[in-house]
Amino acid sequence: MTRLRKLAWAALALLFVAALFSDFLPGASYAHQFRDFPRAGVSWRFPLGTDALGRDRLARLLVATRLSLLLAPAAALFSTILAALIGGLAGYCGGLVDRIAARAIDLMLSLPWIFLLIAARAMLPLNVSPAASVLIVFALLSVLGWAAPARVIRAGVRDIRNSDFLLQSRACGCRGMRLLLRQVVPNLRPVLLAQFFTSIPLFILAEANLGLLGLGVSEPLPSWGTLLRELETDLAFNPGTVACLALMMAVVGCFKFLLPEGDLHS
Amino acid sequence: MMRAWRHLAGLLLSLAITVVVGGVLTAALVRLSPGFGVDEHELDPTRDVAALRALQASRPEQRDFAGYCLRHTAAMFRGDLGFSRNWNRPVSGLLRERWPVTAQLMTVGILGGWALALALALPGVVYPTRLGNALAAIFSGSLLCVPSAALALLIFLYAGPVRAVMALAVFPRVFQYLEAMLSQAAGLPHVLAARARGVSRARILLWHIVPAAAPQALALAGVSVSMAFGAAVAVEVICDFPGIGQLAWKAALARDLPLLVTLTMLVTLVTQMANALADALTVRRGVHL
Repeated sequence: MTRLRKLAWAALALLFVAALFSDFLPGASYAHQFRDFPRAGVSWRFPLGTDALGRDRLARLLVATRLSLLLAPAAALFSTILAALIGGLAGYCGGLVDRIAARAIDLMLSLPWIFLLIAARAMLPLNVSPAASVLIVFALLSVLGWAAPARVIRAGVRDIRNSDFLLQSRACGCRGMRLLLRQVVPNLRPVLLAQFFTSIPLFILAEANLGLLGLGVSEPLPSWGTLLRELETDLAFNPGTVACLALMMAVVGCFKFLLPEGDLHS
Repeated sequence: MMRAWRHLAGLLLSLAITVVVGGVLTAALVRLSPGFGVDEHELDPTRDVAALRALQASRPEQRDFAGYCLRHTAAMFRGDLGFSRNWNRPVSGLLRERWPVTAQLMTVGILGGWALALALALPGVVYPTRLGNALAAIFSGSLLCVPSAALALLIFLYAGPVRAVMALAVFPRVFQYLEAMLSQAAGLPHVLAARARGVSRARILLWHIVPAAAPQALALAGVSVSMAFGAAVAVEVICDFPGIGQLAWKAALARDLPLLVTLTMLVTLVTQMANALADALTVRRGVHL
C-alpha cells in the first residue's frame, strides 16, 4: 500500500469517525436555530459561524459529511454490481444478449438522467420526510448510474473474451463457470474497482449538483449541495461554504487515491 | 455490402425504438408526478362546471396518456413538435432559438475537455514521470472534486470565462477513464515486448497503445456527449444561458409535458447518434469486439 493510499484511508477514517459521532460532540443540533445569532461569524461557540437562520454551520457540515460518506459508497456499490451483471453478461455471452444489453445501456445513457432525476423526484409524495428524501436521492443516483460503468465493463469483458490467454484457457479445456470465475473475473477486477471508486465521487458530486439547483435533500437536513447553495444567496465565500468545498474536495480526492495503481495497471 | 445495409437498418430501427421508448418513459414519469395537470384556473371559484369541463377537455394528455404519446410521436415525424403551455409558444420555435447556444457550449465542452484530457494523459503514458503524473492527477482530481454547478457559480461570481466551465466539467471525467485505458494498454505484453526491443516511444504510442485503447476511447467519446449535456444543464441554469438545458430544467419544474417529451427525444437522438458513430468507427477500424 502506497503512502498516499494510507493517508487517504486514514483521512477518510478520521472524517468518518468524526462525522459518525458528531451527535456526541458538545454543540447544537444541525436543525437548531439560534435566532439571536443569524449569519454569526467565526467564534469559539460557532467555529464556522451560523447561516441565515442561525443554525450552526459546523454541526450541519458534520451531518452532511456523514450522509455523503455513508450513502455515496453504498450507492456506488449497488451501481457497480448492477453494471457488472449487465455489462459482464453482455460482453461474455455476446450475440442476442449483448445486443439487448447494449440497447438497454444506450437507452439509459441517452436518456437525460438529470430529467429523470427531477421527474422521479417530483413523482414522489411531496410530504416525504428529509431522511427519506436523502435516501431517495442516493437510491435514484445508484439506479440511474449503472449505464456508463456497464458500457466500460462490457468493452473490457469483450476484450478479455477475445484475448489470447482466454483462447489458451479454452484450448486447455477450461469452460463455463470455471472460465468465468478463474479467468474473466480476476482480469476484470481492475475495471470493476475503477468503476466503483470513480462512481463514489460522481455520486457525491451529482447530489451536490442537485442540491445546488434546489432539488436535493429536503430542509432542514443538510447535504453538501444544500450547504454550497449559500454561495448563491451570499454571492461570496463564508467559512461554512469554504469548509464544505474544501471537505468535499478532500473526500473526493481521497476516494480517488483509494484505487490501487497496481490493480488498475495490471 | 448486404451485411452493411442490414447493420445500418438495424441501427436505424434501434435508434427509432430507443428514441420512442425514452420519450414515453420520461413522459410517463412526469405524467404520474403529483400535481401534474392541475391548472390554477381550475381553482377559480367563478368558473362553472361546463367551463371546468371545457378546460379539462383542452388537455387531451390528461384523459388518454398513451394516445397522447402516440399522437405526439407521429406529429413529430411530420415536423410538428407540439405546443408548450408553459411558454405559450410552439416547441419548434423555442428549440430553434435555443439550440445554437447549447450546441456551442457542448462543442466547447467536448473539444476542450478531450483536448485537455489527451494533453495530460498521453505524456503521462509516453514519458511517465512521477511529478508529471502527480500534477496531472492533482489538476484533474481537483476539478473532479468540484460540482459543475459550483464551478459555474464560482467562475460566474468572479467574472471568469463561463463557457470554459463546460470544458473544465467534461475534462476530469474523460481524463479519469482515458488515463486508465491508456495505462492499461501500455501495460499489455506486446507493448512491453516492443519496449524491450527498443522501439521508439512515438511508434509504441501510435502503433500499439492507441489502437489497443481505441475501442474503449471511442465508446467514451459517445458517452462524453451525454456528460456534456449533463454539465450544460447546470451551467445554463446557473449562468442564465438561454439554451436547451435551461429550457429542459424549466420544463421539468413546470411539468410542461410536450416540451419535456420533445427535448427528451431530441437529446436521446443526439446521444444515440454519437454512440452509433462511435460504434461505426470502431467497426470500421476492423476491431472485432
